[in-house]
Amino acid sequence: MYATNYHRASSVEEAVKLATDNGDAKFVSGGQTLIATMKQRLASPSDLIDLRHVAALKGIAVNGRSVRIGAAVTHAEVAASAELRAVCPALANLAGGIGDPHVRHLGTIGGSIANNDPAADYPSAMLALDATIVTDRREIAASDFFQGLFTTALEEGEMITAIRFEAPEKAGYAKFPNPASRYAMTGVFVARRGGAVRVAVTGAGADGVFRHEGLELALSGNWAPDAVGGVSIDPTNLMSDLHASSEYRANLVKVMAKRAVASTL
Amino acid sequence: MGVEGIGARVTRKEDKRFLTGKGRYTDDMTVPGMKYAYFIRSPHAHARIKGIDKSAALSMPGVIAVLDGKELKADGIGNLICGWMIHSKDGSPMKMGAWRPLADETVRYVGDAVAIVVADSMGEARDAAEAVSVDYDVLPAVISSVDTLKPGAPQLHPEAPNNLIFDWEIGDSAAADAALASAAHVTEMEIINNRLSPNPMEPRAALGIYDEAEDHYTCYTTSQNPHVARLVMSAFYNVAPEHKLRVIAPDVGGGFGSKIYIYPEEIVCLWASKKTGVPVKWTADRTEAFLTDAHGRDHVTKVKLGFDKDHRITGLKVDTIANLGAYMSLFSSVTPTYLHATLFSGQYVIPAIHANVRAVYTNTTPVDAYRGAGRPEATYVLERLMETAARELGVSPAELRRKNFITTFPYQTPVILTYDAGDYAASLDAAMKAADWDGFPARRAESEKRGMKRGIGMSCYIEACGIAPSAAVGSLGSGVGLWESAEVRVNAVGTIEVLTGSHSHGQGHETTFAQLVADRLGVPMDSVAIVHGDTDKVQMGMGTYGSRSGAVGMSAIVKALDKVEAKAKKIAAHLMEADESDIVVENGTLKVAGTDKSLPWFQVALAAYTAHNLPAGMEPGLKEGAFYDPSNFTFPAGCYICEVEVDPETGKTHIVQFVAADDFGNIINPMIVEGQVHGGIAQGVGQALLEGVHYDTSTGQLLTASYMDYAMPRADDLPSFQVSHQCTPSPSNPLGIKGCGEAGAIGSPPAVINAITDAIGNNDLTMPATPQKVWAALNAAR
Repeated sequence: MYATNYHRASSVEEAVKLATDNGDAKFVSGGQTLIATMKQRLASPSDLIDLRHVAALKGIAVNGRSVRIGAAVTHAEVAASAELRAVCPALANLAGGIGDPHVRHLGTIGGSIANNDPAADYPSAMLALDATIVTDRREIAASDFFQGLFTTALEEGEMITAIRFEAPEKAGYAKFPNPASRYAMTGVFVARRGGAVRVAVTGAGADGVFRHEGLELALSGNWAPDAVGGVSIDPTNLMSDLHASSEYRANLVKVMAKRAVASTL
Repeated sequence: MGVEGIGARVTRKEDKRFLTGKGRYTDDMTVPGMKYAYFIRSPHAHARIKGIDKSAALSMPGVIAVLDGKELKADGIGNLICGWMIHSKDGSPMKMGAWRPLADETVRYVGDAVAIVVADSMGEARDAAEAVSVDYDVLPAVISSVDTLKPGAPQLHPEAPNNLIFDWEIGDSAAADAALASAAHVTEMEIINNRLSPNPMEPRAALGIYDEAEDHYTCYTTSQNPHVARLVMSAFYNVAPEHKLRVIAPDVGGGFGSKIYIYPEEIVCLWASKKTGVPVKWTADRTEAFLTDAHGRDHVTKVKLGFDKDHRITGLKVDTIANLGAYMSLFSSVTPTYLHATLFSGQYVIPAIHANVRAVYTNTTPVDAYRGAGRPEATYVLERLMETAARELGVSPAELRRKNFITTFPYQTPVILTYDAGDYAASLDAAMKAADWDGFPARRAESEKRGMKRGIGMSCYIEACGIAPSAAVGSLGSGVGLWESAEVRVNAVGTIEVLTGSHSHGQGHETTFAQLVADRLGVPMDSVAIVHGDTDKVQMGMGTYGSRSGAVGMSAIVKALDKVEAKAKKIAAHLMEADESDIVVENGTLKVAGTDKSLPWFQVALAAYTAHNLPAGMEPGLKEGAFYDPSNFTFPAGCYICEVEVDPETGKTHIVQFVAADDFGNIINPMIVEGQVHGGIAQGVGQALLEGVHYDTSTGQLLTASYMDYAMPRADDLPSFQVSHQCTPSPSNPLGIKGCGEAGAIGSPPAVINAITDAIGNNDLTMPATPQKVWAALNAAR
């Protein structure tokens, strides 16, 4: 790890000012990606701005079916939230399946979304839930937020403060973990509101998380595992690597979609 | 069996310090003035070094020195060697290319060490290493063992034309050909044994300390055999003569073979300590471990197995290419030859066997022994063949094996080894009973109802352990003898120190060796200390690998105990005015048989040291040493059964049950033995389902250089194992021990693959059987 300057921010304003004042600064919360990357000398921020002591970033609030999760809420807190589980168990289950207990107790939802790792779980949920990403300066629809591998709509120094969404009637998540890293080799999040169905896929897309229209169409007609059977998944824009070819991932998209739907029944 | 003696499930004495973080590993060692080394490694698989510019690095903060291969060569440090000479079938000696501890002209794999930076801190050393500019002329690289033999392949070493190290054979080629030609059925396969990374929990490390006043070196290192390290560094690498070099292998966190070898880093740290005048420490990070720890396996084998009309095996013909990587590691030559092809008789009567092994260079990490070392490769070939043959012949895989079992002992195989004892049917029966083999069809039907594919597979393995009779291995090319030494020091108050040349890096010797002494002398285990891993304390030893510590290391202790007991009896007889032949050792006392006369052990020990009243002419003291050279290998054997359920939608394999029935001969501590079996199976399942080293075949970059891409088995990949033991004591050593350290890793991979191929109805499947591969094989079979 290269030397870096550590700052502990106590408010959103202070954190953003620190980021603006220090050219090559990075926000750090759980550090589950950033610190490991720094240890490998693949990242060398001049300054680290610690967000773990900013009260405004904490807490899960559920009002009716409206959910707000602070950016610095850990995966373990999301997984353990009874209020959230009551309205959207799929998201709590997703959080409970991220990494291992160590990662879940340090890693945060804001960090995961800001990093937009193509194999992370949360981006698929945000996209399928039609969530809003709240930052220190604006609100961004999930559809506009995720812009490709490790790329988001966030500007320099812009900070995620929370995510918001309306809990759908039905939501489910299924993932097939990479045998080595246990990141999602393919993860599919399905959500239904009335006749409107959103299906988002992570871990498989060559450009990161994406919605699959064919699956959405099939499931809006028939919310049943068997409904995905006739959908064709085009492997063209799917990742191909040591662990899974694009053809295998295309198969997993279908199987995970089926299991995600089954989990809601 | 007492509560602490042979056969007792004694909890491990060493675990308190390991479980409370109080172990003392090489990286925990800190000495005054110590500095840190960072190795600059080749980013290319094959390149010439045109120049190294150190100037920028030398002026960086904290930097003490930047040292390169030319300086190392100028100081007379020798090439790394391979310690076992293999001759090709044309009689020519193996063709070994030069391996410099720091490459001075050519780098031959990604990770090849080029230079080191020594600095005040690891961070400063790394910073400076980035400022060292190495100018490379990149050369074409070859990764695959098959490609490297093709005309026009990039050439690695001028000493080895066509990248061929040796072309060796064993057995009778004409007899095997004739047997196959007249066979009623021939099963033919091409079998790949996947390359593995050993992954001990503790990465390698070295601390070199040069004492100028004494002209003496001390090396702390992560070694399975510190005396061998000292011997090799003295005799071949010209680091220092043996009496000026102390090697200490303190607590070592796993080895699996990878810490047998003497690597460039410990040599360079010792040399750099003299060069810089400061102690120099290096500790590998995990990616360095993936890049530079000797890999295992990597065989490509074509094989034919012939049967007569009654399904008796008539002959076996094997043709293997073994990838040894960029350089010949210390025991790389024996692993695919005498540790591999001598096992091709398996548990079976095979009248004619011939095996040909070509060892080749490629631009990859050196390959050497890894848990099992050649024997897993042989077992995988034979047990995949037997299962496949049973399917082709339409007979039960269990009955085909049983029909061909060796049942009379000693049994001389056509490939050197003489099996001394075994009961293969006993393990087969025990495993089939434990696995409820007969109930499998019903379980398969139940799985089918749930849309799952269920399969069952077995593997009957044998291995040659207790390595090894020195004269025998010497005749086969070994540069060293493979005996073991022990010294039993009884202190004046009766407590005992046992100095052993074996080395514990997870095996639990501090417990099992103490159990042996407690059993023998009736003293409490707590009064026995096991001393190992320091060349200043233990005079000589050959270390721990090849499941040899019990069969060879403990046998040396038995010999030393024999001498101690004999002297103690003489003293006791003298003190109690009895005949020496009437003295018996019981529960920590020496008694005159048939009388109530006795002396506690400590009083006899004290008498030996006060020397006030010893038999005439007897030397004071109670301390004896012994060297034990085994008369034969030992032959652990057993039967493993694996049952799997495959999810046809994803190709994911779930191991439903795993049964191990092993014959390890006599057992000192069943709990520790079961732990060895559990760990071995976990590694074998890892090989079968998850693990594999992958290189980019055009650039030679290691793709599996971290746990993001190299899949290690986790607890939820494994079932609870059902382990049982059958026992035919080894007649070749005083304790009747066969050894248990490698069996799990040897016997399990074929059982797993046999089960999966049974489940999916496609025999064309390579390890690791990842979900993707199984899914593809299932689709191909549809």
